[in-house]
Amino acid sequence: MINYIIIFLATFGAAFVLLAAVGILRMPDLYLRISVTTKAATLGIGLILICVAVYFGKAPIATRALAIIFFLLLTAPVGAHLIGRSSYFVNTPLWKNSVMDDLKGKYSESSEGSSSEESDGAIHKAEDDEDGHPPKNKPTGSA
Amino acid sequence: MSVHDYLYYIILPVLALSALLIFIRFIMGPSLSDRVVSLDLLITTGIGMIAIYSIVTDQPTFLDIAMILALIAFLGTVAFAYYIEKRKRK
Repeated sequence: MINYIIIFLATFGAAFVLLAAVGILRMPDLYLRISVTTKAATLGIGLILICVAVYFGKAPIATRALAIIFFLLLTAPVGAHLIGRSSYFVNTPLWKNSVMDDLKGKYSESSEGSSSEESDGAIHKAEDDEDGHPPKNKPTGSA
Repeated sequence: MSVHDYLYYIILPVLALSALLIFIRFIMGPSLSDRVVSLDLLITTGIGMIAIYSIVTDQPTFLDIAMILALIAFLGTVAFAYYIEKRKRK
């Protein structure tokens, strides 16, 4: 009986990891790839680690496996958000069929407002700011 | 076909195939961020491989290495995100 549970969990875990791999290869855009990475792969690895915990069936090993799952669930969204944020700041292009971009024009000043010097980046972003979106509250050409 | 055989002959090759597909994206990736994301996913797949391997060889000690790898993957992603943002500034 426990063998069937292990086989079930391992099969679905590997299937989700494989889907994540196909997704990161086939998705047209960086942000969609980040989405695939942080959802499907985390679920797949979580299933595989639950399978390990079921197989060994002892408390220390199950605790270890659950700690890894907890750590992955904690760090995957944070890491995905960080890498997506910094890639948006360096103007990584969106997919050409993307419907909307909620952040368009909102970062027309420096990257997150904390840096003091921002010479050419601010001007460049202020240029592509003028297609309909007014700059936010600070003057963009402050540099 | 026992559980060990199933894991060894089906699950591990599937994980290896997915690592290969991710590695293609790692080679191709148009921007640096694509490479960072695929490296993160590659390490996550490696954690899964280590977990399956610890079942196959009956060595639960391997899970410690998986935990360390998860930590290093997160630290690497954060550091790469920081430096991608820095690189653009200058």
